[in-house]
Amino acid sequence: MSKKCCCGNEKTDQFKELAPTMEKYANTPGSLITILQKAQEIYGYLSIDVINYISDCTGIKPAKIYGVATFYAQFRLQPIGKNLIMLCQGTACHVNGSEQIEESVCEYLDIKDGETTPDGIFTLNNVACLGCCSLAPVMMVRSSAGDETYGNLTKEKVTKILDEIRARE
Amino acid sequence: MKVVIGQGSCGIATGAKKTEAEFRKQIAEHNLDVCIDFTGCVGTCYLEPIVDVYDDNGKNFTRYIMVQPEKVEKIVTEHLAGGKPVEEYSITDEDKQFIDKQKRVVLRNCGLINPENIDEYLEVGGYEATKKVVKTMSPDDVIAEIKLSGLRGRGGAGFPTWFKWNAAKNNPGSEKYIVCNADEGDPGAFMDRSVLEGDPHAVIEGMIIGGYAMGATEGIIYCRAEYPLAIKRLENAMSQARERGYLGKDIFGSGFDFDLRIKAGAGAFVCGEETALIASLEGERGMPRLKPPFPAQKGFWQKPTNINNVETFANVPWIIVNGGKAFGSMGTEKSNGTKVFALAGKIKKGGLVEVPMGLPLKDVIFGIGGGIKQDKKFKAVQMGGPSGGCIPDKLIDTPVTYEDINKTGAIVGSGGMIVMDENTCMVDMARYFLDFTKKESCGKCNYCRVGTKRMLEILERITQGKGKDGDIELLEELAGKIKDGSMCGLGQTAPNPVLTTLKYFRNEYEDHIYNHKCTAKSCKALIHYFIKDTCVGCTACARKCPVDAISGEVKGQHVIDQDKCIKCGKCEETCRFASVVRE
Repeated sequence: MSKKCCCGNEKTDQFKELAPTMEKYANTPGSLITILQKAQEIYGYLSIDVINYISDCTGIKPAKIYGVATFYAQFRLQPIGKNLIMLCQGTACHVNGSEQIEESVCEYLDIKDGETTPDGIFTLNNVACLGCCSLAPVMMVRSSAGDETYGNLTKEKVTKILDEIRARE
Repeated sequence: MKVVIGQGSCGIATGAKKTEAEFRKQIAEHNLDVCIDFTGCVGTCYLEPIVDVYDDNGKNFTRYIMVQPEKVEKIVTEHLAGGKPVEEYSITDEDKQFIDKQKRVVLRNCGLINPENIDEYLEVGGYEATKKVVKTMSPDDVIAEIKLSGLRGRGGAGFPTWFKWNAAKNNPGSEKYIVCNADEGDPGAFMDRSVLEGDPHAVIEGMIIGGYAMGATEGIIYCRAEYPLAIKRLENAMSQARERGYLGKDIFGSGFDFDLRIKAGAGAFVCGEETALIASLEGERGMPRLKPPFPAQKGFWQKPTNINNVETFANVPWIIVNGGKAFGSMGTEKSNGTKVFALAGKIKKGGLVEVPMGLPLKDVIFGIGGGIKQDKKFKAVQMGGPSGGCIPDKLIDTPVTYEDINKTGAIVGSGGMIVMDENTCMVDMARYFLDFTKKESCGKCNYCRVGTKRMLEILERITQGKGKDGDIELLEELAGKIKDGSMCGLGQTAPNPVLTTLKYFRNEYEDHIYNHKCTAKSCKALIHYFIKDTCVGCTACARKCPVDAISGEVKGQHVIDQDKCIKCGKCEETCRFASVVRE
């Protein structure tokens, strides 16, 4: 399997962080989701350029890559803020008032689910279940510092947490 | 002495890392010779962060609960340095019952061993089952033992495990795959996460044994990307197992080769369905296909493939070591063994509960879970997540077996139990689940794709007080058609939450539609806030109201202008005299 990907292509330079992943997976069938996950991990989202680059390397049509990327909740086609707020909307959280928490976050940051604040600090995403059901309502905040989970949220607590993060940025 | 801090996702979320840092600091300051270690989820999530202090022989421990950093100093000075346990922070006898009343097979090591240290797993008899299987048993022996145990799939459907293994074994081909479904998609269930985080080697062992029985040399763990800690601990466990020769070539010198890899899912509930999971493993959109051919015939890359759930695999090593008979003697005639339930919602003691099957629901919810938060009235319990249904108050004596739970219209499912109290609106619950299934429908079948959307629209208008005569009948009609017209389990079970709430709480639907009343006082559009005459006129609510709907003199009765009120509930939260009421 010495088929090299994108040799001499100027894009290789542009996406050099992704090149090792490509080397490893481009010719392994069934690796598209893994490649997309790596790409999103590096760039934060999947731009059209990245999708085209992956297509060039793997030979999978861009339309198909787009189809896979839009099927799964994990993939984003828009850039996100420095802190990704993953607000749990699982059943236990719902029963314990996650909707009110969402309302306060939306009101406080003036954004809706899926949107990013103009200053680029926060992106809000509702997620299905974080599996910390006994601490409901729960949210996870993902940033360059790692993932932090916050449980037993109240309206006051959540705004305090957001203030702390904003102060840190 | 040894300090062990519970660090499953729940523990970390409540601040276990900060507690650990404080212990390190204090122990260093006091110059003590105490080692600090961690373990996975203990299961008593409502008491996190949990810290166990082991005595010098390493057998007995004192368990401290809700150990926030400020409690650490006292534990260090009095217990670690002074040798006297701190009674006031210790677990109470009542809370001990939460674990003592359980029968732990799957969770046998969770919260007791360090999941990132294979030696601790070996100390409790780890990899003995693998050794016994590959050295002394034939694949048929293994399948016979699993058959004897009566183990059934713990992922939801409850299909006999031995049958699936046998089918995969009997299908010809040299290349076969064994897959672990760790895509725990049911919102409200977290037993798989806890097992993977707390005892990853047990799952790995279960897969090796399954692989040996069916003749697979490669295993794949399909794990949710939302569980980063589980993936990290699994990867770590796999590399340790490889170093010791429990994974890889010629396991225990038996000539049997087997290795594992992890594939992170990307967030799609439908991938819990076998054929959709396989499509996802192949890098495609996770859309199910018609069965047959079953995965045991044509699965991953068209090769015979067997898929089991995390909990199913975690049972396997125990069965091999203790015998199928011992496992089969627990539970009921048709539902053998134990089952782990994730108890959450309006419950006093939320966490993981493992009990022999056949125990009445009441014993789980009240006996172990301690009943309802704030001693409110128990209304129903949702079992089986979006594919299951609710079981009302009057059926609380139902034994937890596959058969009995099915009779109520719900399913055992993966074991999520969401407890609901008198303030939970059942129509809103149905709406919530339909909203979930609508979003998660893969879109292949019309009835599921469009039907769930239409059902959701009807439920939304009912909860908004705009329900119409005939809506209930329309829901029932649609439910039947979606069940019949969908190819996979997602669509076939999507209407269940609506059907069971209609079956047991039809009056709530009727109240919403005909009387414009939400019995649980939960649906915003159907409630009103009033200020009672116990109002002291402190003006706190009026100052909080975002739309200036509250008027009144200082020290005088306040009134809410119903036309202006947006029902945000701030006044009710603010009032310290309980004078603001919902009706």
